Amino acid sequence: MANCLRLKINLCIVRFRGPQSATCCQRSCGHRKYAGQWREITGPAPVKMSKRRSAALTGAQGISLAQKLLRERLCHQKLPDQPVGLDSQYKHLLELLRRTAVHGESNSVLIVGPRGSGKTMLLGCVLRELMSLKEAQKNVLLVELNGLLQTDDKIALKEITRQLHLENVVGDKVFGSFAENLAFLLEALKKGDKSSSRPVLFVLDEFDLFAHHKNQTLLYNLLDVSQSAQTPVAVLGLTCRLDVLELLEKRVKSRFSHRQIHLFSSLSFAQYLDVVRAQLSLPPDFPDPKFSDEWNHSVTKLCEDKTVEEILRRNFNGSKDFRSLHSLLFLAVSRVSVSHSTLREADLIEAWRLISVDSKANVLHGLSILELCLIIAMKHLNDTYDGEPFNFQMVHNEFKKFIQRKSHSIHKFEKPVVMKAFEHLLQLELVRPVDSGVCKVQREYQLMRLMLEHGQVMEALQKYPQCPTDVKQWALSAFG
Amino acid sequence: MSHQKSFQYADLLSVLERVVDIMSAPDQYSYPSVFIYGHRATGKSHVVLSIMKDLELPHASVDCVECVSSGLLFHQVLSAFFGPDAAALLPRCPSLSDFVRLYKQMSSNSPATQTRYIILDRAERMRDMDFSLLPALLRLQELVNDNVTVILLSEIVWEKFRPNTGCFEPLLFHFPDYSKGKSLVQILSWDHHPSYTPELYASYINILLGVFFSVCRDLRELRHLAVLNFSKFCEPLEKGEAKESDIHKLWKNIEPHLQRAMQTVYLREVSSVQWEQQQMDEKEATTLRVLSAHAHIELPYYSKFLLIAAYLASFNPARTDRRFFLKSHGKIRKTNFLKKHEKTSNHLLGPKPFPLDRLMAIFYSVVDSRVAPTASIFSQISSLVTLQLLSQVGHDDQLDSPKYKCSVSLDFILAISRCVCVCVRLLDLLALSLVIQSQVVRQERSLFTAVSNLHLL
Repeated sequence: MANCLRLKINLCIVRFRGPQSATCCQRSCGHRKYAGQWREITGPAPVKMSKRRSAALTGAQGISLAQKLLRERLCHQKLPDQPVGLDSQYKHLLELLRRTAVHGESNSVLIVGPRGSGKTMLLGCVLRELMSLKEAQKNVLLVELNGLLQTDDKIALKEITRQLHLENVVGDKVFGSFAENLAFLLEALKKGDKSSSRPVLFVLDEFDLFAHHKNQTLLYNLLDVSQSAQTPVAVLGLTCRLDVLELLEKRVKSRFSHRQIHLFSSLSFAQYLDVVRAQLSLPPDFPDPKFSDEWNHSVTKLCEDKTVEEILRRNFNGSKDFRSLHSLLFLAVSRVSVSHSTLREADLIEAWRLISVDSKANVLHGLSILELCLIIAMKHLNDTYDGEPFNFQMVHNEFKKFIQRKSHSIHKFEKPVVMKAFEHLLQLELVRPVDSGVCKVQREYQLMRLMLEHGQVMEALQKYPQCPTDVKQWALSAFG
Repeated sequence: MSHQKSFQYADLLSVLERVVDIMSAPDQYSYPSVFIYGHRATGKSHVVLSIMKDLELPHASVDCVECVSSGLLFHQVLSAFFGPDAAALLPRCPSLSDFVRLYKQMSSNSPATQTRYIILDRAERMRDMDFSLLPALLRLQELVNDNVTVILLSEIVWEKFRPNTGCFEPLLFHFPDYSKGKSLVQILSWDHHPSYTPELYASYINILLGVFFSVCRDLRELRHLAVLNFSKFCEPLEKGEAKESDIHKLWKNIEPHLQRAMQTVYLREVSSVQWEQQQMDEKEATTLRVLSAHAHIELPYYSKFLLIAAYLASFNPARTDRRFFLKSHGKIRKTNFLKKHEKTSNHLLGPKPFPLDRLMAIFYSVVDSRVAPTASIFSQISSLVTLQLLSQVGHDDQLDSPKYKCSVSLDFILAISRCVCVCVRLLDLLALSLVIQSQVVRQERSLFTAVSNLHLL
């Protein structure tokens, strides 16, 4: 099996890199040489690029470079030159931060928006522009905290100390409280003349997770510093929860300036299509203008195609955020190779099919007949008793009724065999116990619920390979 | 195994092509996280690790079952990418913050020339670890600013993993299960014994799948069963009773054996060693000594009656006791006997708790001789609780009126009551309790005839 697998993998690689690469990929002969070729083509050093800018690139090199650019854009979320559709929010945020950095005014703001709407991207663009200002560049200190990583206030404080490069200043000092420690740190940031101190920008990613810390100490102290007129501090929170203010304690909420920037995408479908075209197009400074013109032309034609527009419309109706768009486009772009050098509509159709498949239906496809019969029995119990929880005895009872009355192809199985099939369904989490902690009840009598819907079961049954007709009839009948 | 046959692996091949596409440009960025799901033994770990080895990509393969704490996961990842010295820099109980900081530090010293892959097998265990571990690993590329991709392999679908407030959504890939005719038979036929032809083995596999395929599709189980039973299949060939082409004879020989295997080895009631030994010295059809208690538990005489009484007490409602267990109960009044809905019949809902007094009352009416309430009888109740045939309900402090529940099934009780030399009346009592509880009593007339028949005995 391993040999054939290797053969198949090699075939896939040949598609991408051209025929000469397949032999190179065997471990026995020059893999090193092949690896060297990669580095040569898309070398990390930009110097080599500029040497080739005037010369036209070969097909493989062009594709490779195009892939690199697109992947950076779609996977690595490289910051765009200008965020799309977020002008007012951009201006607001930039103005706020400029006031802190240049004029020394303390501020706090929350950026609120659903997942994938561009909060980190917006902040990144604003910070990039801010740091290009001369006065800001010299003075401003940036501390980036993340709620997923800094799960505790102690860890957060250590991280702040580290990012402000004050480890040797703090040394072995032991502080009584968090506030004293923080005050010491901010005091140490004062420049030579005691009159002014450097402005600090605290960026708190996943802000709502900080609100779950004990006593919300970090938030209280940071916002306290931003309210008292000592050090110019800007506290920027990014969160996906709209109700984040409900999570804050009263004393913390009162110190917060209640300034919120909401990112709700207000794109129309036409603008969405423009965004798609822009995401897939190569920039004007691509080394090979002929290649990039051809590519951009094919992208424009693709976006005008009816089926592609249908797919993008369905994606747009599902969610307007860019992250889901990026995953769809990435699946299509990853198909591009030397032999398959332009994006075609079949790629997008395939990518859409992969994204929109129902995973539970896929799981149901691989169950055995006995397990499928148990699921149908549970569906009947749900239909008859309006979704009340059941136990294994009831399911077994229904199954026995089916075997006795209606079945020709399924023969009677012993109860332990049926129990083993039921436990397999439990393991796949298609069936879940109602109270997961308590185990005082015998296994057969523990109450469970089915985690599938009527429609999902019926659809899976249609696609099930070689399903016996009596099982299908049983599922379709109304009375079990 | 040296076969250059081509597979009919059409579905798997298309998924494979997608996965290799994503990994096919190692010097460029790849999607930050990928989630691969599929049934057991569909080849998820094997395929992903083979791709890693063939393309010689730097990878760290971690099995989440081994990682009882997240520190073990961090240690394995760092030592796979940066060597054991880097892993030694982790503090005692590393937090996710320490891991990310150390990773950033190490990767700035040795930046990634090729995409680094972290493969997390049996990723469903990660849901039980720190709540922030899964969302953080899904966006690790962004957090450490390095060319790294996390691949999660699991049996369970992605919807069960998603945290409450959402997270970075990975790319989802499904590894399809094997179809019976094309793939499964082919794969199982690879284990064929060298001294027999592949065609014979293929027909053996077809017979095996005919018995087991409707119950189980797990490749590992089927291979295990195929290996265990092949010697029995070849017995007639060795003895010279049949030729290789006599499939029907071979089928008749092996089929009852496979049925018995389904009830014992498949359920792990006997171990494989016991099964093989049993095949070797099987001259007479001896019953196998199974692991579960049901076949060979030996109880003292009165304990059996106590257990039967406990079963009747658990499954009969208390108001029927007078009717069944008193020798004379006067008029049979017409009452609404079964008020409850059919579904809540006791056999389906489970045993109900009963006090000790009720147990003793039923015991005295069931047992055939006069029994004095001595300590030896009561101590047998405690030993039944220890054997977990009865379970105690309620607090241990309640010494004066303890409550119990019967935790054995009807088959066990019937087996016991057959062993006991008991009069017909007892069996009728049991049969009657079955009649009451498992049927929907639409006409009470039939019930009363049944009761009066009992009364006449």
